[in-house]
Amino acid sequence: MSLLKVEGLGKSYTADKKILKNIDFEIKAGEFVSIIGPSGAGKSTMLRCMNRMIEFNEGKIIFNNQDVGSLNKKELRKLRTNIGMVFQHYNLVPRLSVIENVLHGRYGYKTTLQGLLGRYTEEEKERAFYLLEKLGIHEHAYKRCDQLSGGQQQRVGICRALIQEPKLILCDEPIASLDPNSSKVIMDHLKSISLEMGITCLVNLHQVEVAQHYSDRIIGLNNGEIVFDGNGRNLGEEQIHKIYGTKSRELITA
Amino acid sequence: MNEQTMRKSRWQTGMFLLIIIVLSYLSSAITAFNFVQGLATIPKALGWIFSNLMVTQESLEKLPKILEKLAETIFMSIAATTLAAVVSLFLGVMGSKTTKVNNFLSVFARFIASVSRNIPVVAWSLVLLISFGQNSVTGFLALFVGTVGFLTRAFIESIDEASQSSVEALTATGATYFQIVSKAVIPQALPQMISWVLFMVETNIRNATLVGILTGTGIGYTFDMYYKMLNYNAVALVTLCIVITVIVVDLISNHIRKVIL
Repeated sequence: MSLLKVEGLGKSYTADKKILKNIDFEIKAGEFVSIIGPSGAGKSTMLRCMNRMIEFNEGKIIFNNQDVGSLNKKELRKLRTNIGMVFQHYNLVPRLSVIENVLHGRYGYKTTLQGLLGRYTEEEKERAFYLLEKLGIHEHAYKRCDQLSGGQQQRVGICRALIQEPKLILCDEPIASLDPNSSKVIMDHLKSISLEMGITCLVNLHQVEVAQHYSDRIIGLNNGEIVFDGNGRNLGEEQIHKIYGTKSRELITA
Repeated sequence: MNEQTMRKSRWQTGMFLLIIIVLSYLSSAITAFNFVQGLATIPKALGWIFSNLMVTQESLEKLPKILEKLAETIFMSIAATTLAAVVSLFLGVMGSKTTKVNNFLSVFARFIASVSRNIPVVAWSLVLLISFGQNSVTGFLALFVGTVGFLTRAFIESIDEASQSSVEALTATGATYFQIVSKAVIPQALPQMISWVLFMVETNIRNATLVGILTGTGIGYTFDMYYKMLNYNAVALVTLCIVITVIVVDLISNHIRKVIL
């Protein structure tokens, strides 16, 4: 059963340069898919087309049997509650506490007024603490986010995505600004989320080896086109050359 | 930057200084302002200030009246600033790139801000004096209008700086516009905004004196009145009161800033 289906997706900001060209792929529920490719290949743009944070020009995206491109404002909001998002720079509100930031993930389910008054049900609060505990940061729940390390902030970001109870989580280079140790923690958490909770993960990554180690499937993007789509084991020297334009020996692999 | 451009930029700095010197010489020649003579009169002016602008026993009797007017001025500045802050908050949210509703309202907000900011507060008071007459409403409005312009500009920048990333994240969760503004943008930008409001309270207390002279209200009027009555001792007392007030307000707001930032 496919959760996400992309057909002929195209995006351009100016008439003469296309960021994405004719992207086709299909993702099954529960899959862990990595997207790799050089900077400027269109990874972030593609990811943001999935929940229409960026409007695409051509093609079709079907998520959970809904045509993403044709949704109106209200339906789009409903769709977004089903898609969590994790960012490279965490995108938390630094001055607010960890628990407040996690609960921000519930706004999609609330009316504007409930949101303004900050009314959360007991279940939501318990769920928030449960998630914080699961990711090992519950002792920081009342701290301000700017007092946390990068790895901890990213875990708050993941909690915020999880409390949405999403079917899909989009991760835009979640470990690009973290040290190797925190990177491993974050990737392990993402992997266990996909395995235990059955949430589909679509992750933009810079590190080929990380992608090979964690994902069920890798999509290689170069210059707005898919140049590789398959299991990480099949990603050989030649394919890497196609994606990055260099031999893998010449890449820094960490 | 290579060696050549470095040399060029040094040469440019030299030329720039030379131009400034020539310009200032020319302008003083045209206006017939004699710099040396100007310097020479300073000791005499200082002597006059010290002999005339002294607070005497007699002028101290006027203190209660002056303090009353001073309080009126302070409260007027605070009222004008806080009310302007409310309006500016709205305009700032509209005008900011990250939180604007549409382009029309954004341009509109920036337009209002720039009109009210670029007309000096002195001009506002004189214009408003014609339409509202000589009362404290005029002074209040003059301060209010100038403050709206300045604070809107400052708020737009605070919001732009503070919010981009969290706005994106909350939009992706499906949050509504008002939820995003009230729970992500405002909490993040608030300390900065309060700091600007405090700055404006200080500025307005200073400005209120000038506006008062023009519109005949508050401490400015008192100052003007004694000045025209040639009662320089009372003028000195009024000035002293203003200086002390400004310093005290400055100290208080610095302390508040330290606590919130």
